[in-house]
Amino acid sequence: MQKRWTAGVAVVSALALLVGACGGGTGGGGGGASTSKTVKIMSSLPMTGASRTQTVEIVNSIQLAIADTKINNVTVQFEALDDATAAKGSWDAAQEAENARKAINDKSVVAYIGTYNSGAAKVSIPLLNQAGLVMVSPANTYPGLTKPGKGEADEPNKYYPNGKRNYFRVVPADDLQGAVGAVWAKDLGAKKVYIVHDTELYGKGIADVFRAKAKDLGLTEAGYEGAQKADNYRALANKVKDSGADLVYYGGIVDNNPAVLLKDLRAVLPTIKFMGPDGINCSEFLKQAGPSADQSVYSTFGGVPPEKYTGKAADWLKSYNAKYNNNNPNPYAIYGYEAAKVVLAAIAAAGDKADDRQTVLTNVAGTKNYDGVLGKWSFDANGDTTLTQFSGSQAKSGSWAFVKELAVPQ
Amino acid sequence: MIGITNGAFIALIALGYTLVYGIIELINFAHGDLFMLGTFVCLTTLTVLGFGTEVGVAGTPWWALLIAMVAAMIFCGGLNMLAERIAYKPLRRAPRLAPLISAIGVSFIFVNIGLFWQGPTPRRFPDLLPQYDFVSQLFGLHTLVRFTFKDLFVLALAIPLMLGLAWVIQNTRMGKAMRAVAQDTEMALQMGIDVDRVISFTFLLGGLLAGAAALMYGLYNNNTVFTLGFTAGLKAFTAAVLGGIGNVTGAALGGFVLGLLAALTVTYAGGQWENVGVFSLLVIILVFKPTGLLGQALGDRA
Repeated sequence: MQKRWTAGVAVVSALALLVGACGGGTGGGGGGASTSKTVKIMSSLPMTGASRTQTVEIVNSIQLAIADTKINNVTVQFEALDDATAAKGSWDAAQEAENARKAINDKSVVAYIGTYNSGAAKVSIPLLNQAGLVMVSPANTYPGLTKPGKGEADEPNKYYPNGKRNYFRVVPADDLQGAVGAVWAKDLGAKKVYIVHDTELYGKGIADVFRAKAKDLGLTEAGYEGAQKADNYRALANKVKDSGADLVYYGGIVDNNPAVLLKDLRAVLPTIKFMGPDGINCSEFLKQAGPSADQSVYSTFGGVPPEKYTGKAADWLKSYNAKYNNNNPNPYAIYGYEAAKVVLAAIAAAGDKADDRQTVLTNVAGTKNYDGVLGKWSFDANGDTTLTQFSGSQAKSGSWAFVKELAVPQ
Repeated sequence: MIGITNGAFIALIALGYTLVYGIIELINFAHGDLFMLGTFVCLTTLTVLGFGTEVGVAGTPWWALLIAMVAAMIFCGGLNMLAERIAYKPLRRAPRLAPLISAIGVSFIFVNIGLFWQGPTPRRFPDLLPQYDFVSQLFGLHTLVRFTFKDLFVLALAIPLMLGLAWVIQNTRMGKAMRAVAQDTEMALQMGIDVDRVISFTFLLGGLLAGAAALMYGLYNNNTVFTLGFTAGLKAFTAAVLGGIGNVTGAALGGFVLGLLAALTVTYAGGQWENVGVFSLLVIILVFKPTGLLGQALGDRA
């Protein structure tokens, strides 16, 4: 018995050695001529769980951006971190903090692209802020991360302990998106809305914006509640039916089972309208919902869908599809590309100081009239994009079909 | 009604926990994950048989469901026996903590098998059962209470399975042997009972129930994901403790109480209070009756 144990331990440690050796392999490159520098970009996105379809596309886009960009004397490396854990099946605060620390401790890292979830950004912004590392998000939409007066009283300053902004996002925030959704709901003929959110920062945030705007527009509130990820929502579906609502607005992400909620709603209310923000605007949601996602399912998101891309965006789409043999990616892929491009431009502009975090941060913050795949835009003083384009889609036989562009209400 | 149906799944999984605990005092943490793998076996079987999606399927292919259930039951039963042979049996005489840790290890292995097998995203389960609400369509009542065909299906399967289990334990030679081993392993051994076989059989029974629950879960909720086992296991374990761990009737009762309470909390207090309601009750019951609803104080052997 004793012998068998020893043999087992030996095998395990041999395996560990092997794994260790493989992991070390990537760090070796880049020690070339004295003038050439090697810098690294890390991304932190949930690669485990329902968001995976979209996050893989974002990572593809970042790699595409790096491959597209030649910077003299600088080699750009890239590492994609996962901020989700298998146990949770979606992003995890502890994992996100670990990723941020990993980026901080690796001296060659000059930029952090992430996060996907606004709640995760709340964890990593203050850590990276203290290290003076720039963070660019392709997907966070919770307003309080950047905008004073749109979230809690102490937001956003509590995220920036050293007082200097280091966080930027290339997507328009939810104080616009939630309002756009409420206006559209009214246009669609909704009178009584039932608002459900997934209790997370992003989901509750956008549900609250929708709620306030719906009230302004004179829509009746049939109900408002948080529903965490669950196996089924039959009790909630019955409650919605009882409330007499004609539209359900879901503030939340696809990981927290909105597809299951939709399916359970369909069982009791075959024709009720269902609307959600960008968190459900992905192919994964429709795949999980199956036949429940019929024509009265709507979603809003920043920008326009791939089939409506023109100019530079259309060219980008062509090269993306050619490289990844993909039928049009989800809407966030292009934001991943734009985020990486902005970072790369900042690194290129830094010249000799490409490996200096402070210089890269200042360059990103100074992005003005940037002519990217999304159009011409700038970062404002809060770190938000000046773009405010939104569109609405409707589910049609298993994919999201573009309905119209939605104007931001004043 | 929702509560009772949800409770039925919990009860079936809880039985797996309680059976094993009753016999060898091991909390089999891998049981919830075994159930998760069961849902994957069902899904795969249905896909192979051509029913991976309900699109284009007219009526309910009962024979396919039956095959899927049998496949999942055999798979879960067999896998559970295998896990016992490999991970728990060598540790039978070890301190009590050792098999507990190895159970957690088995749980991780199962989760990762699920991850590799079906990927990290939730999988859709075909909606093959008829949509029929007895309350509104048969009696013409439009109330909050619904009793659909799906509910009937779950109950019509779960209740006979539980009764069958009770019969096996009460009336067969193996059942008698199980009870003997649970009461006193040493004595049972001296009376000529093959203790290893009995324990193996117990794991088989627990696995069979998990396999059956897997099919019901899939058809009722129409989706599954590799992390399913953790929450399912936690709820079932709670139900088992609530009913008095080691007590078979208690586990079934605990499952139903838990399901009902969860549904009531969602309806009357709101979704975010579901777990608060459930676990508050657990705390209250355990404070006043530490052995659970039907548990008896039997020294340290249940």
